[in-house]
Amino acid sequence: MTARGYDDIVLAAPVTIPYVRYSIRSAHWFLGRALAELIAATKIPKARIDGLAVASFTLAPDTAVGLTQHLGLTLRWLDHVPMGGASGIVSIRRAARAVQNGDAEIVACIGGDTNHTDSFRRNTATFSQFAQDAVYPYGSGGPNTSFALLTAYYMRTHGATRADFGKLCVAQRDNALKNPLALFKKPLTLDEYLNARLVADPLRLFDCVMPCAGAEGFLVMRRETAAKLYLPFARLLGAIERHNAFADDPIQDRGGWDLDRDALYAQAGVGPSDIDFLETYDDYPVINVLQFEGLGFCGRGGGAEFIRANTFEVGGSFPFNTSGGQLSVGQAGAAGGHLGIVEAVRQLTGQTLGARLPDPRHGLVSGFGMINYDRGICSGAAVLAAS
Amino acid sequence: MSQAVKRPKQKNPMLRTRQPTLPPAARSRVALGLTAAAARGRLELQVCLDCAVVQYPPREICRACLSHRLAWRPQSGRGELISETTLRNAQELFFRERLPWRVGNVRLDAGVNVMAFLHEKVAAAPCRVHVEAALDRAGQAVLLAVPEQGRPLLSDDPQLRETTCDPRARKILVTDGKSAIGQAVTRALAAAGADLIWIGEAEPWKKAAGSEALHELPQAVPIALDVTDGRSVRELAGEIGGKVDILVNTNNCHRAFSIAARRGVETAQLEMDVNYFGLLRLAQEFAPVLKARAADGTASAIAWVNVLSIFALANYPPHGTYSASQAAALSLSHALRAELGATGVRVINLFPGPIDDEWDQLEMPPKLSPASLASAVVEALKGSVEDVYPGDVAQDWLARHLDNPKALERELREEGR
Amino acid sequence: MKTTSRKKVRRNIGGNKAPLKTVRGLPTNLSGLIASDAVRLIDLTQTLSPEFPTIALPPEMGQCRPFRMEEISRYDERGPGWYWNNVSFGEHSGTHFDAPIHWISGRDLPNNSVDTLPIKHFIAPANVIDCSKDATADADFLLTVGHVKAWEKRHGRIAAGSWVLMRTDWSKRKEPVAYQNFDETGQHTPGPDPECVRFLVQERDVLGFGTETIGTDAGQAAHFAPPYPCHYYMHGAGKYGLQCLCNLDRLPATEALIVAAPLKILKGSGSPLRVFAIAPAGRNDDSSGGA
Repeated sequence: MTARGYDDIVLAAPVTIPYVRYSIRSAHWFLGRALAELIAATKIPKARIDGLAVASFTLAPDTAVGLTQHLGLTLRWLDHVPMGGASGIVSIRRAARAVQNGDAEIVACIGGDTNHTDSFRRNTATFSQFAQDAVYPYGSGGPNTSFALLTAYYMRTHGATRADFGKLCVAQRDNALKNPLALFKKPLTLDEYLNARLVADPLRLFDCVMPCAGAEGFLVMRRETAAKLYLPFARLLGAIERHNAFADDPIQDRGGWDLDRDALYAQAGVGPSDIDFLETYDDYPVINVLQFEGLGFCGRGGGAEFIRANTFEVGGSFPFNTSGGQLSVGQAGAAGGHLGIVEAVRQLTGQTLGARLPDPRHGLVSGFGMINYDRGICSGAAVLAAS
Repeated sequence: MSQAVKRPKQKNPMLRTRQPTLPPAARSRVALGLTAAAARGRLELQVCLDCAVVQYPPREICRACLSHRLAWRPQSGRGELISETTLRNAQELFFRERLPWRVGNVRLDAGVNVMAFLHEKVAAAPCRVHVEAALDRAGQAVLLAVPEQGRPLLSDDPQLRETTCDPRARKILVTDGKSAIGQAVTRALAAAGADLIWIGEAEPWKKAAGSEALHELPQAVPIALDVTDGRSVRELAGEIGGKVDILVNTNNCHRAFSIAARRGVETAQLEMDVNYFGLLRLAQEFAPVLKARAADGTASAIAWVNVLSIFALANYPPHGTYSASQAAALSLSHALRAELGATGVRVINLFPGPIDDEWDQLEMPPKLSPASLASAVVEALKGSVEDVYPGDVAQDWLARHLDNPKALERELREEGR
Repeated sequence: MKTTSRKKVRRNIGGNKAPLKTVRGLPTNLSGLIASDAVRLIDLTQTLSPEFPTIALPPEMGQCRPFRMEEISRYDERGPGWYWNNVSFGEHSGTHFDAPIHWISGRDLPNNSVDTLPIKHFIAPANVIDCSKDATADADFLLTVGHVKAWEKRHGRIAAGSWVLMRTDWSKRKEPVAYQNFDETGQHTPGPDPECVRFLVQERDVLGFGTETIGTDAGQAAHFAPPYPCHYYMHGAGKYGLQCLCNLDRLPATEALIVAAPLKILKGSGSPLRVFAIAPAGRNDDSSGGA
């Protein structure tokens, strides 16, 4: 049975709570500010928001339930999405079906986290049972360890070089320089990227995101609801998710998108060549490459060649992570997977903060996350279109 | 860079002693199955009893058929190193202080992926390796990969050295250096490269055969130590405690009496005073100072060895009161392991069967020679274990105890063996 | 009522300062006597400490526990204002007293345990026989009837009810190894031979026998006939033993009074104790040249 389409479900009100490196506030502050901004930007009364999907790593001991009472909401539909960088895409899928079926009218999707000086260590030390038992005791390198292993394997197996990855990082930084909210303000040269200090071979400083505090959010509703509220919107054409794909691969060099991209494009009614820009989940450069391959922009193992054949700035042949991506903007915890969605909606509705694409029609956003042990378990993607 | 353990330079007394830190100790209960096997020097993984699929990381339910019937089984550890990295950054102090760490992803032939520390002698990925289980400084199991051919010394790798308690270049206290076992242990430690061995001697008016020859060893330093006298223990700890890297408790008062064969509790009190209270006195006086020096350079305080008896596990009625004193010592050694473990000093217990000495004279062979027992002590220190059952009888009793302890109790009652 | 004059009460900690009362030169009050220059007190007791050797029997036998101390508190959280210990010891540890019940030959005698001995036996005169030169030359030196008779020629007949103390200067051996003096054939320390003991018991009716060594018997007495004759005959006749004495070289040959009162232990076979001598002052070592 083919999955039902998304009819006239739309995304509106792209909101970012500016990132800061460290904050003394709790996640509730950032998530609450995001909701407040959504209301301020749309003039929708708080009581009319009847659905909420939340993603956060630092809300404990609360979940979306605690946040609901904290923010004084009364909801018909509530979801807590613990899928890391895939939470944004998964939130879209959940919220879309709720709205389609009449279980909610306007769903706020928010991702956000605080960051105290010891947050990252605490979060990685208790990330999952498998990580606690079988990863963290091996050097406590956090996700750097797992992605270094993945990067080394990919490079050796498919002939990618650090210069290939560096090209992506330099382009993302270029995009970020125009984004007033990006935490990184200085240009990055390929030389600086190649010679930065080693973190976990072969990863160096600029291969790793900077954890920070912040939040991202948007609303999911029917097209007619958005029209009545005079809200600019982007249309949802298709969305997929997959969890624990290819569990028997000895090491992760392909993600769940491989299994579902055909269904995605079929649902959306477009193909890779129709996509005007791509927002990937970029916690490490190698994951961008897995998304290029998985989403059909090149063949398996063809990432290096694809990178060498394209340019990735906003004005390039393949616009990619147009606000700078997490590697240059920062990673506000679970908001990392919402960042690309919010930027895509901004591009498609002409509400960009930084560099703007000339009249984009279709954007693809991809999510990935949850290195539960040795591979990212969750993946997802969505095709959005301009109204 | 391969660094065989060397005698450390003299410590600068003006520098602050490095404080002990530990690797992350948190493990789920089910993951402690790995630790239980590593404590005895074995690599075991869970195998589904219904579909035979091997599981890793440890879990409650089979990842293939959802059966809950998972059992720990020994593994060969052979596999392929498919990727590796070298960590230059670590979030926990223990690792941060000992950078860099070489870590890799191994696909075991058994069909699971494991993350493991890589011995420096392992070639670059891809290559064949052999994965073993070891105990880290937190006393938890970790996996190590060594080359498939030719097992190198763990202690030659500066990072993996942290999983061993190599006696090389260390200063060691052998609490009873007069007994046959104590003398054999002293000789074995000297041969293993110990820098200095204090040999404890009580009741100076009683000579022991072999003592004089033992004093000739260049590493040997005879000192007065009577573990039944708190003041003797306290004074020795005050004098040498700050220098002891390894304490080997060889004190053993062994009498061969069942309950009925000996009226009065005088003999049993002596057994307890040496085997249990002696350990307690040593622990009270030496544990604090060993803990403080647990990260004091390459010749840090690292281990406490107790030579117990397999009779600690299951009472041998012909040596009934002795067995009880050994059981008391075993229980106390677990308390000691908890205390010393707080700073990474390992407690190693050995459970030999009957020794070839006067108190086991009436036991039938096989019996363990003091030299074999001493060998087992040194191997335990050079390896990464905490419970050692040396010799055939110890292995036999252990197997019977794990299989059905009540059956072992009956067998010891009925047959005397 | 006439008011009494206020006299200063002086607390005498260092010594009894009661004046000596005499009638025609003879002391008439005991405390005055003890405090006077006419008398000196000599401590004959070794300090009870964990290092002091105890008798060592073959390992399969029950052992006499050596002296041990376990601190209860020392002005600390276990007891803020006080210091005290629990002590443990065998009845025959350190300087100690042997009662007749200690030996099989004395087990049925009346009043044979430390709690039932007549109290008047706890202070008695001592005959100190100097064997120091012989014992220094030969660790297995044995005191014989001949030695005793030669001593009596110089110092007079040993009176009934008095102690015979064998001075060997063995207590000057401060090293435990030298004090025990073990080799592969056992302990080698001086003592009386069987004939000598029988003589002292049957011909002189002494109160008991005392030595500076571990054991009233010689170290090799297991091989005598009977084994351990001093224990066997003395206790068999209701006599006592004193062991691990010291400072016998400071006693006169005959004029010292020994105060030796064992602990009153129920059915006890002996106990460590404080034993000391009261001797005339002014005469230092008169016990030399005994045997």
